[in-house]
Amino acid sequence: MTRTAAADAPAGRVPQRTARPARRRVRLLVGLLGLLVLAVVVGVLGIAVGARSIAPVDVWTALVAPTGTDDDVVVRALRLPRTALGLAVGAALGLAGALIQGHTRNPLADPGLLGVSAGAAFAVCLAVYAFGVSSVTGSVWFALAGALLASVVVFLLGTSGGGGSPVTLALAGAAVTAFLTALTSGLVLLDSVTLDAYRFWVVGSLVGRGDDVLAQVAPFLLVGLLLALVNAPALDTLQMGEDVARGLGQRIGPARLTGVAAITLLTGAAVAVTGPIAFVGLVVPHVARAITGPAHRWLLPYSGLLGAVLLVGADVVGRVLVRPAELPVGLVLAVVGAPFFIALVRRRRLVSL
Amino acid sequence: MSAATVAPGVPGRRAVRVGPVSAVWRPRAVLVPAVLAVVALLLAAVDVGRGDYPIGVLDVLRIVLGGGGQADRFVVVELRLPRALTALLVGAALGMSGAILQSVARNPLASPDLLGITAGASVGAVALIVLGGGVLGGALALVGLPLAALLGGLLTATAMYLLAWRRGVDGFRLVLVGIALAALLTSSTSYLLIVADITQAAQATVWLTGSLNGRGWEHVVPVLLAVGGSALLALTGGATLSALRLGEDSARALGVRLQAGQAALLAIAVLLASVAVAAAGPLAFVALIAPQVALRLVRSAGPPVFAGGLVGAVLVVGGDVVARTVLPVELPVGIVTAAVGAPYLLSLLARRTRRLDA
Repeated sequence: MTRTAAADAPAGRVPQRTARPARRRVRLLVGLLGLLVLAVVVGVLGIAVGARSIAPVDVWTALVAPTGTDDDVVVRALRLPRTALGLAVGAALGLAGALIQGHTRNPLADPGLLGVSAGAAFAVCLAVYAFGVSSVTGSVWFALAGALLASVVVFLLGTSGGGGSPVTLALAGAAVTAFLTALTSGLVLLDSVTLDAYRFWVVGSLVGRGDDVLAQVAPFLLVGLLLALVNAPALDTLQMGEDVARGLGQRIGPARLTGVAAITLLTGAAVAVTGPIAFVGLVVPHVARAITGPAHRWLLPYSGLLGAVLLVGADVVGRVLVRPAELPVGLVLAVVGAPFFIALVRRRRLVSL
Repeated sequence: MSAATVAPGVPGRRAVRVGPVSAVWRPRAVLVPAVLAVVALLLAAVDVGRGDYPIGVLDVLRIVLGGGGQADRFVVVELRLPRALTALLVGAALGMSGAILQSVARNPLASPDLLGITAGASVGAVALIVLGGGVLGGALALVGLPLAALLGGLLTATAMYLLAWRRGVDGFRLVLVGIALAALLTSSTSYLLIVADITQAAQATVWLTGSLNGRGWEHVVPVLLAVGGSALLALTGGATLSALRLGEDSARALGVRLQAGQAALLAIAVLLASVAVAAAGPLAFVALIAPQVALRLVRSAGPPVFAGGLVGAVLVVGGDVVARTVLPVELPVGIVTAAVGAPYLLSLLARRTRRLDA
């Protein structure tokens, strides 16, 4: 069990205080590498396991030297895009979750809090209702636009009343989410075709998303990732409260803007592809925080990797449980993830925000 | 201390003293709830008056007080009044529940929706619609749905409390367990919607948005009892609630019996939310929005319970008026409450001049 450096080293024991952080850093670095290995293992599982099981050796040949066998086609056309998408989306949601909880300093915040999920959902419904868009490739653009628009509105409204304190930002997000969800419900009730599309989208799934979809959202994910990592030091200062952060020379406005932009890009792109799998973003930062403590330079990479592992792992489990059929990944996440999370909450002293 | 000393006080805040009891005179704490109550009653009267057989607001009030002919009395008292009362009471229950939860959790995002209570109630009801299948006739729908919802909500809350119990319940742990349960239950609902055929999915979706259609006196009575009883209990728990807002350590230092007080307040909040959801379906966001709107209108230290209830009542009754009469298609009230309440909260957020932490 890892505890924060401050808790480990009470003031006055000087030698230990200088020794511990270094050991701690090594430990965290090793943990991060372990997580990376785990992500690779889960990725291989994601490619190998399914209605048709493929041996790891055949997975390797399919990836490196495809000869056009059935296994090769399954791996390259179906499993690889799906697994890559799962890793990317999981990492994005984990990162975005850590960011939003850091910026709002609220353990209840999920990546969709800034209206991103609700905006995407409304846009997807609108696309089906008004424009008859039914392909995933088409609705991704609508979802992205909806997510970005909603997030901009939340940021403008949340900061217009004087500085954008965490509480105001969170409440503005909740209110915009309420408004957009109401509009979405209205559309869904008026039109059963939209309801049919919406009820499958809203569960969250990785099925039937080809590599073209990943290519579509990859630029947004990359920019979001970059902004998130840039944002980490500022986020650590902001944890001490805005006044202290300002006193330490942190410029609040740009830091918030960077964070919100990163959250919007990461969540918007992820939700556009898979539907709202908000649970990843909600839970993963809490798990990561239990390992790393509150420092964001560690929390962010851990959250990202854990998110990727969790999402692809849940996808694999969903395929194994009811083989040859499968369960939507959003469902598995909640069913497997929630009890795990409750157990974690009960066992550990969680690091509160 | 001599009686002649000048009473200590804050300039501009007059103290009101009656015998040993004293309080600071805050006009807003009295005026805002009074205005809200009047608005809620007027909206309810408008709600009763609108329909295929329109009745003026003054006539409605006269008929409710015992006047009017037999036909008018039948339309008002038997047909329309239960619906308006259900709206008032459900709104009040959700608003109060939200205010209590937000104070106990010290988190403005806490609400029965987010903590899984509404989700538990929804799973109960949706499971009955989907798994009950064609059996779901008139009588079963009338009694079974509210009962399933009530049970779902109460069971969820009990599970949440027990799972969060570890040598006492800590607010932070309770909230985290709540969101995990909410996720679990919400996706159970989604799963049920997927396995259902489309007509049952549509029926469940209507219930899930919250509706006041065809509510009779049998819906009013349980909510009335719950709201009335809880209002009395919340009145006695007001001091505990104010202390809890200061944090758990401070509350304990002030002499509050933390576990008992917290558990009692949570039980009240859960009961209110479950009964409300059982009566009208999960009216999303009322419990989240109403206390925050009330907080900004009253300008109190934390989400006010009574004003929160009144804002909730205004929101739901107003939503019902708009849903039934203003819009071209009749939409369930749950959609309108969020569509009207959310922008209002946003405008309050944007206008706000001083910092408020809920």
